Amino acid sequence: MSDTILETEGMTKEFRGFVAVSDVRLQVKRGTIHGLIGPNGAGKTTCFNLLTKFLPVTRGKISYEGRDITNLKPADIARLGLVRSFQISAVFPHLTVLENVRLALQRARGNSFDFWRPESLLKQYDSRAMELLEDVGLTGYARHNAGELPYGRKRALEIATTLALEPTMMLLDEPTAGMTHDDVDRIVTLVKRVAAGRTVLLVEHNLKVVEGLCDTITVLARGAVLAQGDYATVSRNPEVQAAYLGTDPGIAGSTQHG
Amino acid sequence: MAEGSIATASPGAPPATDEATFFGFTRPQAAAFLALVVIVLASPFVVYPFFLMKLLCFALFACAFNLLIGYVGLLSFGHAAYFGMGAYVSGYAAKAWGVTPEVAILLGAATGALLGIPFGWLAIRRTGIYFAMITLALAQMVYFFCVQAPFTGGEDGIQAIPRGHLFGIFDLSSDFAMYWVVAGVFLGGFLLIHRVVHSPFGQVLKAIRDNEPRAISLGYRTDDYKLMAFVLSAGLAGLAGAVKALAMRIATLTDVLWTMSGEVVLMSLVGGLGTIFGPVAGAAAIVTMQTYLAEFGAWVLVIQGVIFIAAVLAFRRGIVGEIGNLLRVKL
Repeated sequence: MSDTILETEGMTKEFRGFVAVSDVRLQVKRGTIHGLIGPNGAGKTTCFNLLTKFLPVTRGKISYEGRDITNLKPADIARLGLVRSFQISAVFPHLTVLENVRLALQRARGNSFDFWRPESLLKQYDSRAMELLEDVGLTGYARHNAGELPYGRKRALEIATTLALEPTMMLLDEPTAGMTHDDVDRIVTLVKRVAAGRTVLLVEHNLKVVEGLCDTITVLARGAVLAQGDYATVSRNPEVQAAYLGTDPGIAGSTQHG
Repeated sequence: MAEGSIATASPGAPPATDEATFFGFTRPQAAAFLALVVIVLASPFVVYPFFLMKLLCFALFACAFNLLIGYVGLLSFGHAAYFGMGAYVSGYAAKAWGVTPEVAILLGAATGALLGIPFGWLAIRRTGIYFAMITLALAQMVYFFCVQAPFTGGEDGIQAIPRGHLFGIFDLSSDFAMYWVVAGVFLGGFLLIHRVVHSPFGQVLKAIRDNEPRAISLGYRTDDYKLMAFVLSAGLAGLAGAVKALAMRIATLTDVLWTMSGEVVLMSLVGGLGTIFGPVAGAAAIVTMQTYLAEFGAWVLVIQGVIFIAAVLAFRRGIVGEIGNLLRVKL
């Protein structure tokens, strides 16, 4: 097994002439938590969508576990164990919390095209789903509609659902966006815990989160890689400081949210 | 802010229990279903069977349509194509080939489903208004095909379709006898749709309706699910059309016209989108209106228009949706 789990070469995305992501070379080491940071509009989320095939690349190559995945479909990427989250909270609002998690477990059956079978077949996944919910502290909410959950709990549910797929690698898009301080700390703890034995690539705006969490950090600015390394190295980089100061003053240090 | 925190687990009481009683029905749904069965069984002794047959055929058609809009979130504006082609094929098979009614009905349903494969394949590439426009355009192509093709009888349609003998044994020429076939197909179709919605497959459909990107990111090839739902819906619409052709003994261009596609939207909307009983109630309301207000001639359309506007403005959940909301149950 190679040391690098996910790798891109010359990954480029153009939208009608506008270069959103330019020649990005990214190497994510197995078993690490890798942060992808950058000021607004740096191309972080676009990168994410390229890696998970929600957008096709204009040029370049993406490989995962030594396999070229540049031209796969998003659902197939997920089946390879590379599972993403979304910046906006991604739950199924009209399904119950339990059903949300069960949907991920249900996928293990293969394709669920058996429209003539009763739903009660899915009860076999209930105990595993409850375990996962307990893990993120949502046991008491199992029978509520996911749409009724407060924001922080939705994110917790999303992580439980992602974990249900037993992903080899998780891609988390701003897991703490829009959260209160308490919630940020809980999510950081949760991510740390679930990262054991996995690889995590994390897009984050909140530098405090990145500092405490990531082994390696890649800084993007205007679609290109500006710097790469551990937090200390990256945060001292004058170019990085300039990029952050230029567009988003006050975060060059590690001071956001104190 | 305790509300937004993750660890404190003190949720309120969960909402009303959704425990299934039989066949995936919740308790109130089971009661409503039994009431429906009783009505279906008793009404031919009170009301004209011919009118009831028409009502049940449209009810099944609306249920088939609702499978797409209510549970996958896809608004088809071309369901007349499957309904009408189902009617033409079953009518033609019964009249020209003299097949037995059950074969004619199956052929009609198969026609709807087969037509749904390429049409659905094309349409599910888009969502929202674009999906509706593609389905409409494809249905218009079917309409013009039906105008030109000799077997449809053009403007005359296929008339005096023989109902024949069910399984070659039971004579269906009386409306009363035919009614039980229609009732059987309707109840069977209704139960099938309910099962589809409450199957492992239906669970994925609802997830796609709620949040398709998330379903994809969980590894579901959502296009395959949408196509499957589309074909099921088209097949059931074809089934409704096929039964209608035998029951009314006529298949005409009206069945494939875009106004028919519009009518089924209206029925589902008035009854309640995404409720299992809504389309039935909506079809009953619209068909009853069309029949008993027929003396007002073209004014029926105006009255329908007013009802449509009222439904959208005042009771957006539809008849059944509003009742369910009042009783705090899911129907």
